Amino acid sequence: MKDLHEFLISPAETARRHGPQDRIVMSSRVRLARNLKDAAFPGWSKKPERVKILESIRPAVESLPEMKDAFSEAMDNLGALDKQILVERHLISREHAAKSSGSGLVLNREETFCVMINEEDHLRMQALRPGLQLKQAWNAIDHLDSELEKKLDYAFDGDLGYLTACPTNLGTGIRVSAMLHLPGLVLGEQINPIIQSVNKLGLAVRGLYGEGTEALGNVFQVSNQMTLGENEPAIVERLEKVLSQIIEHEENARQTLLEKKTKVVFNHIGRAYGILANAHSISSKETMNLLSLMRLGVDMGLFPGAERSLVDELFLVTQPAHLQKKLSDKLSAEERDLIRADMVRERLKNVSRPVVKPQPNTTN
Amino acid sequence: MQCSICKEKPATVHLTQIVGEKMQKLDLCEDCAKTKGVNDPSGFALADIMLGLGAAQEVEQAVGTDLKCPRCGFSQADFKKSGRLGCPECYKTFAEGLGGLLKTMHKGTRHTGKSPEALRVSRENSDRLKTLQKKLNKAIESENFEEAALLRDELKKINERPATPANLPQ
Repeated sequence: MKDLHEFLISPAETARRHGPQDRIVMSSRVRLARNLKDAAFPGWSKKPERVKILESIRPAVESLPEMKDAFSEAMDNLGALDKQILVERHLISREHAAKSSGSGLVLNREETFCVMINEEDHLRMQALRPGLQLKQAWNAIDHLDSELEKKLDYAFDGDLGYLTACPTNLGTGIRVSAMLHLPGLVLGEQINPIIQSVNKLGLAVRGLYGEGTEALGNVFQVSNQMTLGENEPAIVERLEKVLSQIIEHEENARQTLLEKKTKVVFNHIGRAYGILANAHSISSKETMNLLSLMRLGVDMGLFPGAERSLVDELFLVTQPAHLQKKLSDKLSAEERDLIRADMVRERLKNVSRPVVKPQPNTTN
Repeated sequence: MQCSICKEKPATVHLTQIVGEKMQKLDLCEDCAKTKGVNDPSGFALADIMLGLGAAQEVEQAVGTDLKCPRCGFSQADFKKSGRLGCPECYKTFAEGLGGLLKTMHKGTRHTGKSPEALRVSRENSDRLKTLQKKLNKAIESENFEEAALLRDELKKINERPATPANLPQ
C-alpha cells in the first residue's frame, strides 16, 4: 500500500503550477458520471455488491496508460485525516470522503486524473487542470472514458444517454466547472447580481467545496447544471463564454476599486497582512479570507517580490487536515489555531508590508 | 394558495425563474421560503429546490405510489426520499413520470452527446444498411438491374462482416 502523503505532490509544488488566466481561475475540472449495466447504483446496492463492482472497476481503471504508477486504494484503507486531505486538495468530493468499504479511488501521478469508484455513481472520473483549461480537461477525460468503455459495460440508453443515479446527471453525465477567485467582485459588492445572472443562464455557483458550502476565501465554483439535450462540446463552450465574462467583470471590478476606492481596498489588504503577519491564534476560515485579500494585493502589485504561489501554498497548508498532518499529536481546534498562526507568521517573515504605490508585478 | 413545500401555510412568496425558454414557478410560505434561503437571492437557484421537491411529486402524479422496479426493487417512495434512482433499469420502470421531470431539469429530453463507440458503430452500420436497402428496392422498382446488382453485393459484404469485434466491450 502506497502512503498517500508520500504520493501527493507537495503543497509548494502544487501552488506553483500555472495555467492560463490563473490570476482569477484557480483550476478547471471536467467530470463524467458512468455506471455499469445490470447493477444497482451504489446508493441502492448492498455492501457485497458494491465490493464486487469495486473489484471489477478498479483493475480496469488501473490498467489505463494514464494511470501508470497511480495511487489506487479502497476507501476503507484510508484514514479520516487522509480523506480530509484529499477533500482539501479538491481531489475527491466530501460525499466520497464519507464512504468506506465498497468504494475506491484511483489518482494518477500528476494529479491530473482522479477516478472515484462507487461515489453516487459507479464511476465519477475527473480531469483536473490549473487555470482556465476546460477544453483540455474535456479532451483528456473524453479520451480516458473512451479507453475505459472498451473494458467496462456502461449503462447507456439511445434516448437518455448515460444512465446515472440522479436524474440531474443523466445524458452526458458531465459536469464542467472552474474555481474562481473573485475578491474584486465581492469587495465591490457586485457578486450577488453576477451570481443571479449566472444562475439564470442555467449554471450553478457554489462555494469552495462544492454543493452547499461557503465561498471561503472568495473562491467560487461555477458549473453547468443541465446534462441532457446538449452535447459535451456545447456545454464546455457555454461555460467558457460565461467564464470569460466573469473574468472581465472581476478585472474591471479590481480596476475600479484601485481607481475609485483606493483607500478602502488598501485598508482591507493592509489589515489582512497585519493580522496574518502578527496573529498568535487564527482560525482556518479567517486565514482563508485574509489570504484571499493578500492574493489580491499580490495581483495588484502591493507586495513587490512576493509570489502568488506563497499565498496559494498557505491557503492549502493552513487548512485543518493539512495542518494536523504535519503534527504528531492530535490537536484540538484551539491548539491548531495557535500552530496555524505560528506557521503563517513564520512564512510571512520575509514579506514586507504592502507598499502604497502599486508596482508592476514581475514575479508572476 | 398553499405552500408547495409544507402544504399547510398559505403561500406568500411566489417565484418565477426563466431558464432558456422554460418557465418554472414555485409558491412558498414565509417559513419555507426562509429555510430554503429564498430571502437571500444570492445563494438560491430555483432548480435546486425543484429537484428535491418537484421531482418526487411529478413522478408520483404520473405513476402512483406502489410502482416498483422489477430489476432492483426500488420503489416510488424510495425515489421520493432520496431523489436518486435504484438502477439503470429504473429509468424504464419510472419512465412515464420522469419525462416531465427531465423537461424541467434539462435543456432537452433526448441525449445528443457522446455514445459508446461500439454502439455508435453498430448504429451507423444499421443506418447504412437501411439506406442501401432502400436504394436497392428503388433500383429494382425502376428495373435498373445493373445498379441493383452492385447494391446487392455491397449489402452482402456488410452483412457478412462480423460486427466490428475490436470495438465491442470485452
